[in-house]
Amino acid sequence: MTSPAATLLKISGIEKRFGGLTALSDVSLHIQAGEIYGLIGPNGAGKTTLFNILTGLYQADGGKFLFGDIEYAGRSKPHILAKAGIARTFQNIRLFSNMTILENVMVGCHHHSHTGIWGAITRHKNARNEEQQIAHRAAELLIYVGINRAHHMLAKNLSYGEQRRLEIARALATNPKLLALDEPAAGMNATETDSLKTLLQTIRNHGVTVLLIEHDVKLVMGLCDRIAVLDYGKKIAEGVPSEVRNNPAVIAAYLGG
Amino acid sequence: MRNALKRFLIIDKRNAPNQKRLAWAAFAVLAIILLALPFAIDGLFGRGWVRVLDFALLYIMLALGLNIVVGYAGLLDLGYVAFFAVGAYCYALLGSPQFGIHLPFWIVLPLGALLACLFGILLGAPTLRLRGDYLAIVTLGFGEIIRIFLNNLNAPINITNGPQGISMIDSIHLGEFSLGRTQEIFGITFPAAHLHYYLFLIFTLLVIFVSLRLQDSRIGRAWAAIREDEIAASAMGINTRNIKLLAFAMGATFGGLAGGLFAGFQGFVSPESFGLTESIMILCMVVLGGMGNVGGVVLGGILLVVIPELTRHLAGTAQQALLGKTVIDPESLRMLMFGLALILIMLWRPAGLWPSSQRRRELIAPAPPSV
Repeated sequence: MTSPAATLLKISGIEKRFGGLTALSDVSLHIQAGEIYGLIGPNGAGKTTLFNILTGLYQADGGKFLFGDIEYAGRSKPHILAKAGIARTFQNIRLFSNMTILENVMVGCHHHSHTGIWGAITRHKNARNEEQQIAHRAAELLIYVGINRAHHMLAKNLSYGEQRRLEIARALATNPKLLALDEPAAGMNATETDSLKTLLQTIRNHGVTVLLIEHDVKLVMGLCDRIAVLDYGKKIAEGVPSEVRNNPAVIAAYLGG
Repeated sequence: MRNALKRFLIIDKRNAPNQKRLAWAAFAVLAIILLALPFAIDGLFGRGWVRVLDFALLYIMLALGLNIVVGYAGLLDLGYVAFFAVGAYCYALLGSPQFGIHLPFWIVLPLGALLACLFGILLGAPTLRLRGDYLAIVTLGFGEIIRIFLNNLNAPINITNGPQGISMIDSIHLGEFSLGRTQEIFGITFPAAHLHYYLFLIFTLLVIFVSLRLQDSRIGRAWAAIREDEIAASAMGINTRNIKLLAFAMGATFGGLAGGLFAGFQGFVSPESFGLTESIMILCMVVLGGMGNVGGVVLGGILLVVIPELTRHLAGTAQQALLGKTVIDPESLRMLMFGLALILIMLWRPAGLWPSSQRRRELIAPAPPSV
C-alpha cells in the first residue's frame, strides 16, 4: 500500500466555462492516498462539474491534474480515466435499470476482463473461467456493500438506498484507486446514512481513497479527514473539518453574510 | 401450460437422468420436425411455400443481425438492408457472367460477410456521437446511398449493371454438388428449394447460436449497458466507441451472409430488392417479435414472411368466395391486411409477441413500489 503521505490526486488550476458562465476557475487541490476527502459548497458551486472533469465527462478549458504518475489535461475519455483508477457514482443515480443487480456489478469488471467476440462465442476454458470469476467477484461486492438480494433482481426494483449502494458496488468493481461519490447520502434517512458512513470507512480501510461530494454537513464533518469548500467555482477554504467549520469565508458563503 | 413447459425444461436435480433423457427426446423431435418440414410443406401446400420457407430463413438471419444493433446495443438502424445488398452484390459480381468471374461459394460467401462487416464499421464510425432519432436518420441515408450507388454504377464503367441488375448468378454449389437443381440422395429426391432450405437452416442455426452466446457474455453486457445508460457505461470503463462499432460490425456480418445466400438462391439481384421498405420490414420483425429476444425475433421473421403470403392468397380467394368476383385488386388489399395485422399485434402485445424478459418487465410490469 502507498504510504499515507503520498499524493494520489493533484489538481492544478482547473478551469471550466459554459458559454459566459465560469463554472470553475483556477481550482487546485491535492488528495492524499488513503484519506476521505470531502468537497462541499452551496448549490451550483461547481462540485459536480469538477467530478465530471475528473471522470472525463466534461473537458476542462484549462489546468491539469496528476493522478498517480500520469498527468491529464482534463481531455481524456471517461473509459481511460476509469481504467486509470477513478471510479464514480452519480448524483441522480444512473444504474443500468433493466439489467440484474449482478449484471450491473459485472459491467464494472469490463475493463479488467478480456473475453472478446471469439471467446464469447466459443466459451473456451479461459472465457468460462473469467466469466465465473467476474460473477463471483460481483456477488462478493454485493455482500460487501450490504445488498442481500436475489442476484437476478432488476436494479430498478431495489429500494432507493440500495440503489445508491449498488452504484458503489459497481464503481468498486472497476478496482479503483479513487472512489468519487456524488452525494451518496442524498435522500437517505438517518439510519441509512449511518450505515453508509460505516461502509465508506470500511472502503477506505481497504485502501481505496474516497472523494465525497455531500450536503449532509454532519456526515461530512464526522467522516472526512480533510475538506475543500467551493463557492462560485472557486476554492474558498481547505483543511481539516474543525478549521473549515470556523472559517469566516465558509460561514459567509453558506449563510450569505 | 406455461408451468408444464417450465417443469419440462428445468432439469430437476433429484430426477436428473430422466430429465436429461427428456431434454434429448425434445431435441430429437425438434430436429426431425425441422428436417421433415420442407417435405411436409411441399406435400400439404405446394412447392411455392417451400420457397417462402427459404425466404423466411433468410429474413430470420437478417432480423437476428439487426437485433444485435437495435435489440442488444439499442442503436436504431434504418438502413440495415444496405449490408444485405453488399453481401448479395459481392456474391453476384464474383459469381456470374458479369465479369466472367466464377469463384466458389465457400470463398464468395465469407468474402461478402467480411465486406459487409467493413461497411458496418464504415457506417458506424461517423455515427458514434449520434443517438436515437439522429442516428436513425443517418443510417437511413446510408441505406439509400448504397442503393443509389448500385443503381448508378453502370456508367462510365459498368460494374453493377444498373437498374437491370445482375442475372444468371451461379447457383450455390459445393464442388460438383449444385443446390440449383434437383438432386437424388439415398433414393430421396431433393428439389432445389429443399436443398436451399437445409443450407439456410444450418446458417440460421449458426446465427441463432452466435446471437445467444453473445447476449450472455462480457460483450453482451457491455451492449446492454450502453443501451441502458451510455454515460454510466463509459464511466465504468467501457470503450463505447469500440463496443458500438462491434455491434455494427457483427450485425452487418450477418446481413452480408444472408445477402450472399440470397443472391445464390435467387440467381438474380437488382437494386430494387434493397429499398427502404426492406429495412423497415426487417425492423418490424425485430420489434414485433420481441426486441432483444432471439426466440421472439425468429418468430417475428417467420410471421412477417408468412403473413404477407397468406394475405396474398386470402385477398383473392376470400373475395371470390364471398362476392363471387374480385372487387379490389388482391395485391393492394394484401398490404392493407398486412398493415392491419401489424397494428393488431402491436396493440395486443406492445412489447412484441415474445419479448425478452427484461423488456417485458419494462413495458408490462407495474411500476415498482416507490420508496
